[in-house]
Amino acid sequence: MSTATASFQPKPSLPPPAATVGVVGWLRANLFSSWANAALTLLALYVLWKVIPPAIDWLITNAIWTGESTSDCKNPDETRKGGACWIYVQAWIPGYIYGLYPYDLRWRIDLAGVLSVLIMAPLFFKKMPYRATYGMIAIILVPIVAALLFNGWYDFAPSDPRASSHPWRTVETSKWGGMSLTLLIAWVGIGASLPIGIVLALGRRSKMPIVSALCVGFIELWRGVPLITVLFMSSVMLPLFLPEGVNFDKLMRALIGVTLFSAAYLAEVVRGGLQAIPRGQFEAASALGLNYPKSMALIVLPQALKIVIPGIVNSFIGLFKDTTLVAVIGMFDFLGAIQLGNADPKWLGYAVEGYVFAAILYFICCFSMSRYSLALERKLQTGHKR
Amino acid sequence: MAVQIRGGAAPPSVAVWNDPRARAIFFQAMALVLVIAFGWYIFHNTYTNLEKRGIASGFAYLNSTAGFGIIMHLIPYSEESSYGRAMLVGLLNTLVVAAIGVVFATVLGFIIGIARLSRNWLIARIAYVYIEVIRNIPLLLQIFFWYQLLGKSLPGPRQSFNILDIAFLNNRGLYVPAPVFEEGFWEIPVGFVIACVASYFIHRWARKRQELTGQQFPIFLTTLGLIVAIPFIAAIITGMPLHWEIPALRGFNFQGGMVLIPEFVSLLFALIIYTAAFIGEIVRSGIMAISHGQTEASYALGLRPGPTLRLVIIPQAMRVIIPPLTSQYLNLTKNSSLATAIAYPDLVAVFSGTVLNQTGQAVECMAITMGVYLTISLLTSMFMNWFNAKVALKER
Repeated sequence: MSTATASFQPKPSLPPPAATVGVVGWLRANLFSSWANAALTLLALYVLWKVIPPAIDWLITNAIWTGESTSDCKNPDETRKGGACWIYVQAWIPGYIYGLYPYDLRWRIDLAGVLSVLIMAPLFFKKMPYRATYGMIAIILVPIVAALLFNGWYDFAPSDPRASSHPWRTVETSKWGGMSLTLLIAWVGIGASLPIGIVLALGRRSKMPIVSALCVGFIELWRGVPLITVLFMSSVMLPLFLPEGVNFDKLMRALIGVTLFSAAYLAEVVRGGLQAIPRGQFEAASALGLNYPKSMALIVLPQALKIVIPGIVNSFIGLFKDTTLVAVIGMFDFLGAIQLGNADPKWLGYAVEGYVFAAILYFICCFSMSRYSLALERKLQTGHKR
Repeated sequence: MAVQIRGGAAPPSVAVWNDPRARAIFFQAMALVLVIAFGWYIFHNTYTNLEKRGIASGFAYLNSTAGFGIIMHLIPYSEESSYGRAMLVGLLNTLVVAAIGVVFATVLGFIIGIARLSRNWLIARIAYVYIEVIRNIPLLLQIFFWYQLLGKSLPGPRQSFNILDIAFLNNRGLYVPAPVFEEGFWEIPVGFVIACVASYFIHRWARKRQELTGQQFPIFLTTLGLIVAIPFIAAIITGMPLHWEIPALRGFNFQGGMVLIPEFVSLLFALIIYTAAFIGEIVRSGIMAISHGQTEASYALGLRPGPTLRLVIIPQAMRVIIPPLTSQYLNLTKNSSLATAIAYPDLVAVFSGTVLNQTGQAVECMAITMGVYLTISLLTSMFMNWFNAKVALKER
């Protein structure tokens, strides 16, 4: 009896067809899977070829990077015809950062920036004790320090010679401007609108009919009108609302407008989070004997806010973009400073460069915020996944 | 010992300040008193301030002569018109931007959203980059940018960009052909209405027949044919009462046709491009929200890909898409107020800008402007709530 039974020996499997693997396979699957797709791809490639090389030429290759004045941009050598004039942007960068702030006092804004970074720096250490408490204090502290430094504290009479030379003389808010003003407005707006928004959201969800009606009315009123009318109102009508003699600063009025507007939107975002928390959580908190503020602060809000982080950050990005609107009521935030530069008689005709620069900067800020929110969302995701 | 539980027993007596109901009443009374006091304080201050400045409150000023010109008016308007008329002009300008913007932003947004989901890697990438770039740049900056490109940097009429010999773009605006209506034109819209009514009845008949016999009827093609053919036949019978007047360069400027001012064109451009990016994301998430099982189930029932998309996927996706889509429409309407920044005469620019500065009637002007936007918002959200309830999933 032979032990060698003829066992079935499969042949080694063939490699996949060359057209389905590697670069060719990827191309076929993703770009040329059908005739229609191939046509679309070719069309897209054509459009890109028409758009991207000229854009790069304008932005980089043909652009003029060094020089002193418009004459360097107007008479470039033959190869650089039709490029951007970045000298203008370079010349105006101090203006973009500081706006109309007096030249000799700009170190105060620098100092404010450095101090803000120093105040915020400990928060980067994850193991810092009392990190949350410190964070809250820091968020309030930074704009106060910055505003104090922007403002200065010796208010001299105009006739006093020190009114134009003293290093700590006051600078009125209409002179503040540029990126520093944008950051200040955005910071105050974000810091102040979140607590107001949370209170409004809790009020809207309240079982007390009058409180909830008041909150609904407030939220819907702000959400129903454009921000620009709110800013107009704050600059035109707020002085009428106050008794004579009491006067709010223009910047302060704009801040109030931006904050309340943004708070109404945040309230709706937070309400979404509150609605997603199951009733059991509220009941469990009551069963443990926690009163309303404690059960909200310790049980409900931490969960609710965690769910709506993307929405909150989206609102913050919206607020950051909306700060540009103060340019319409005559303040020189970053966009206002760009407009100021575009109207500079020394650099007429290069407005597009200014706008493109601003667009790149705004894009970097907003895009990194949205990426950060994605990362935060992933980090805070605890347990709700099944 | 058995514990007796009696229904409706009086709750244990607690101190009044620990009774939740008493507390609720107290807190609400407090809130109400505070709000009323605050409102009265503001009202009182405003009243005294206005009296001191000698501004008579009331809406009588709406009837006095405005005395300023408006560069774009859809209804007859001149410097002799009243402030009320100026407001109407501004409101119409806002509405026309919003209406055109909504239509084009929807079309572009749906294209972007579907492109974002395309199996074609390149197309999907392009859509992604478009969405991310546009969403992360402030709208006001985009409006300034387009105003610069489509308004200020364009050449004069003699060097204007020629679009297919019918439209011309230069620094005075976009010149487009204008329709000229002649005698007998009314027959074309009448034909259109007849076509619509006829297709409605054909639709009903076809549906009934399909329910009875299972036979299908090419409804879409019939409807399209009717809607195109009947007005066309009407036009031929009446001898083409509509023709287009094409702008032509005469002397230093274009004559004839319609001119869209640069402010209008650039505002519209910026609004469409900006809102389309948001709509694209909404469309994408709406389609993604429909589980793949729906497609498979519909294939299993024997539906072809076309009807699957039309009858199964889109109706369900629309349910997810429409609420955020409406809020984008509202955003577009509200964002059109940024027109003020480039001096397009919309409601805010005309009424909270020029009229307010001329008359000093700050309270009335702001109240009317905000009231108009608020009304638009509330009407839209009421309609949306009704619509939402109508299309909501009917579950047991």
